Amino acid sequence: MTDAAIRFERVTKAFGVVRAVDDVSFDLPQGALVTLLGPSGCGKTTTLRLVAGLELPTAGRIEIEGRDVSRLAAAERRIAMVFQSYALFPHMNVLENVAYGLVVGGARRQAAEADATAMLKTLGLEGLGARLPAELSGGQQQRVAVARALVLRPKVLLFDEPLSNLDARLRRRVREDIRDLQKRLGLSVVYVTHDQQEALAVSDLVVVMKDGRIAQKGTPIELYDAPADAFVADFMGEANVLQGEVLSAADGRGCVAIGGVVLDAAMRDHPPGTAALAVRPEAIRLAPPEEPGLPGRVRRAAFLGQTREYEVDTDAGALFVVTPASAEAWAEGAAVACRLERIIPLRA
Amino acid sequence: MGALALGRLALAAGLIGLLLAPWHGVEGGVDALSAWPGGDAAPLLALLLDGSRWWLWPVVGLLGFAAIPLLPGRASGGLLAAVGFALLAFVLLQGHAIGLRGLRWGWLAPLLGAPPAQQALGWGGALVLAAAIGLIAAGLAQRGRFGGDAFIAFLVVGSGALLLLFVFVPLLVILSAAAVEDGHLAPSALAARLAAPEAWSLACVTSHQGCGVVWNTLLLAILAAVSSTLIGLAFALLSARGGVRAQPAFRAMTMLPLITPPFVVSLALIVLFGRTGLVTTALWEWFDIPRSRWIYGLPGVLLAQVLSQAPIAFVLLEGAVRAIGPSLEEAALTMGARRFTVFRTVTWPLLRPAVAACLLLGFVESLADFGNPLVLGGDFDVLSTRIFFAIAGARHEPGRAAALAILLLALTFGAFALQSLWLGRRRYTTVTGKGDAGVPAPLPRGLRLACGSVAWPWMAFTAAVYGIILIGGFVHDIGRGDMEFTWRHILTGFAVEWQDGMAFRGSAWDSLFTTVEVAAISAPITAGLGILLAWLLARQSFPGRGTLEFLTMLSFAIPGTVVGVSYIMAFNEPPIELTGTALILVLCFVFRNLPVGVRGGIAALAQIDKSLDEASATMGAGALQTLRRVVLPLLRPAIVAALAYSFVHAMTAVSAVIFLVSARHNLATVYIVGRVEAGEMALAIAYSTVLIVVMLAVVLGIERLVGRAQIGRRAAPAGNLVA
Ligand SMILES: Nc1ncnc2c1ncn2[C@@H]1O[C@H](COP(=O)(O)OP(=O)(O)OP(=O)(O)O)[C@@H](O)[C@H]1O
Ligand SMILES: [Mg+2]
Repeated sequence: MTDAAIRFERVTKAFGVVRAVDDVSFDLPQGALVTLLGPSGCGKTTTLRLVAGLELPTAGRIEIEGRDVSRLAAAERRIAMVFQSYALFPHMNVLENVAYGLVVGGARRQAAEADATAMLKTLGLEGLGARLPAELSGGQQQRVAVARALVLRPKVLLFDEPLSNLDARLRRRVREDIRDLQKRLGLSVVYVTHDQQEALAVSDLVVVMKDGRIAQKGTPIELYDAPADAFVADFMGEANVLQGEVLSAADGRGCVAIGGVVLDAAMRDHPPGTAALAVRPEAIRLAPPEEPGLPGRVRRAAFLGQTREYEVDTDAGALFVVTPASAEAWAEGAAVACRLERIIPLRA
Repeated sequence: MGALALGRLALAAGLIGLLLAPWHGVEGGVDALSAWPGGDAAPLLALLLDGSRWWLWPVVGLLGFAAIPLLPGRASGGLLAAVGFALLAFVLLQGHAIGLRGLRWGWLAPLLGAPPAQQALGWGGALVLAAAIGLIAAGLAQRGRFGGDAFIAFLVVGSGALLLLFVFVPLLVILSAAAVEDGHLAPSALAARLAAPEAWSLACVTSHQGCGVVWNTLLLAILAAVSSTLIGLAFALLSARGGVRAQPAFRAMTMLPLITPPFVVSLALIVLFGRTGLVTTALWEWFDIPRSRWIYGLPGVLLAQVLSQAPIAFVLLEGAVRAIGPSLEEAALTMGARRFTVFRTVTWPLLRPAVAACLLLGFVESLADFGNPLVLGGDFDVLSTRIFFAIAGARHEPGRAAALAILLLALTFGAFALQSLWLGRRRYTTVTGKGDAGVPAPLPRGLRLACGSVAWPWMAFTAAVYGIILIGGFVHDIGRGDMEFTWRHILTGFAVEWQDGMAFRGSAWDSLFTTVEVAAISAPITAGLGILLAWLLARQSFPGRGTLEFLTMLSFAIPGTVVGVSYIMAFNEPPIELTGTALILVLCFVFRNLPVGVRGGIAALAQIDKSLDEASATMGAGALQTLRRVVLPLLRPAIVAALAYSFVHAMTAVSAVIFLVSARHNLATVYIVGRVEAGEMALAIAYSTVLIVVMLAVVLGIERLVGRAQIGRRAAPAGNLVA
């Protein structure tokens, strides 16, 4: 059982001239949850459909639990997928929907319905079996779709933007439910989203995609703290990207010249020289102008309840800053010093 | 379905075709079957063993060749497909090579000697051919084509073969027939026929002689298209914007033409305006206007065509008027435009595409119409009637008929090509179906009066025409104004006597039974095949999809007369001889009505999210399971609409089947035309009434079943043909 649940080896999928997925490789360990994250049109859905067998790769190899499935049709892969639209069959009631996979797999109707009823219970949907999908709320429909997928005991469970049809409040709860269920049942899950918060909250592994290619993959913390390039830095939470020169960087701290000022901040090791540097908005502290730091002037200030947001003009460019509401407040027009507490060097 | 399972199924079919089913076509029905396994009903094996079909041994060899690897389950796809192709080609070619008079292909004499004559293929032959198709599909699926799904492979290959055989091949046959003179290929004959003065003469401009049929046909079609569109538009504007409360009357008007055999209107026109007609007589007696035969010719045919086409234009245009969002017009009004200006600058431009579609439909329908010109045409010949008389007239001239058919085809395709050119440039006019609050602008006063002055008289006229049809069958002689009530005509046609059980004595029963039977057999086949094809075309991607779609839609553009002629030319000789059977009627209806089922299915599938199919696939269901459990239940309304459409059309068609009926298998419409030609007008009208009642019952029953599905005559798939 050391095989990866899913292994992509240099997989490419082209639609005519468009390469929707381009030379993508990754491993999903057993029992882990990987998110595919990226902007619209970057190839997330296509990657997921390649796993499901709804598309066949143009080149490369896909393995599920050590078996090459590159040419296998969807029906033979033992994969379950929760569609963005849920794809509940409108002419079947909830119970028939959940029992569907078992019935077409050849199970006796009674056994299938017993299984389905048990699964509905697991997901907190007791008593809804006789309703039609149209008679359920969005959240309930989503859970029926999950139940329908899980009842087949799939090797891998796929989600395509499962929360996008839910309202903001429900989204948080459902995503936690999904994560709980995944951990409880030890499922291997591939999860597609374009919401980085969602990705950070639920994943063991995040794959950030751009234009069909993998921009970076790693744990949520790795991606957040050490994005490889400006795209990932900006996509994984916001980032100020500045040009500067690394004077020295060793043992977790570095000396950097930005906008004509030499700053000292936490930083991972990097060879000296000019570099693109990312600074998270919350890694900037605003201080009175006489303190050391990048001098600047507050152009815009906003109070958001838990935090305050500022836009500060400096010689290195405009900085976006987020401070806790408990920190000192600055008025628009005030002169400040921006203290960069943590700097992330980026790949060119 | 797995490829091997399909292969074995095909093998089983092949074996039944070899061992049990009569190899040749059996004439004389059940009686001949009693001779089985000898005589006419002998299966191939018996024929092989007694040595009379010794050249067919390769069939056994090929089936065995496929069976050896199939049974243990080790067959390679390439081998299966090759065996299938070989079987198909062999059976068809030998059927052509050795015909009713023995060897036809002389160059095979050294190999075959002088084989005995052989008749056309029968059910045994059909089963072996089906087995060949199955083997090809299984082989292709085994090789990973069609996503490896044997069910889809079989559907594609099977329906492709059927479409080729029953749509494309007849067309080829008719094209080549036009170039054959005395059994030899003669391109000069083709040129002479296509350019013949009978088609192109312009004599009518300068003298009293008639013009060429092409000009006649064009003139009639243009007039019919324009008049029916204008009348339809008047009705549409009144109904959607005129604030009139006559919806039931409007709706009845749209229903009636759908369930009326196309030429029945002509009968009513003769009754009204013929030399002894009711109106003619009244005019003569009251105003001394002399009796004349003006109704026989262009005016009569035009009137009849507009009577049946205007309601269809009305339905199309009303939909278009209602789809125009009132907010567009309101916006113009708020900007200070007067009502008429709004109509001219906003409403009318948005309506133009629908109007154009209507014109095209009217044009094409008029080209294809056969019944009305036949009954009312008099000396005014159009292409469809001229084709008929070239085949069925005093002189049998298939070459001339074929050439005229080509001209008719060219006109039809030209119209479709023009339309697709035009549509290709102006897609922007499609109106969204989204709800749009606001009150539709009422018609400007002048326009409303104009519409009313067209619509109400026409409505009265239509009512008179159908009134005649309604009462004509129940009075002594409506043609001469003898209005005394009688059951005589109904009894002539539909008398039933009780003597040791029921005896259907009426002269019309045979054709009515055949009609209902043929309609009831062909409707489910049409709907089923149509929906399956729609599903293939809309949901599966496979090599050759475009070709399949083209073949499907092709038959929609071929006028019925051309289909009829091409069928008798293509299926009159072994190996495939179907003329004179009921089967050819069924096939003709299936392939003529198929495009509507397919269009309806595709439209319905567009409403069903594709992720439903995909969800089913990820849960382990194969294509067949998905189709049966998910797609078909959701397509029920489309299926029922296709059923109703094909049933009604099979009952009312006349143009194609008039060539195909036989003494044993006559159809109601053809029987009625015969009564008209024999001058038995009242019986014809009585029979028409019975037909209308039967169809009304069927359509209403179906509507009751599934709510109001759209059942329009040929109205569904206008356009997108010559893509
Ligand atoms: N069937 C197809 N035919 C042609 N191009 C396609 C097809 N499916 C996807 N594409 C293209 O491939 C690219 C990736 O599409 P994909 O659906 O995977 O994006 P996505 O990351 O899921 O985007 P979104 O967040 O908007 O759902 C897009 O440019 C898209 O236009
Ligand atoms: Mg997507």
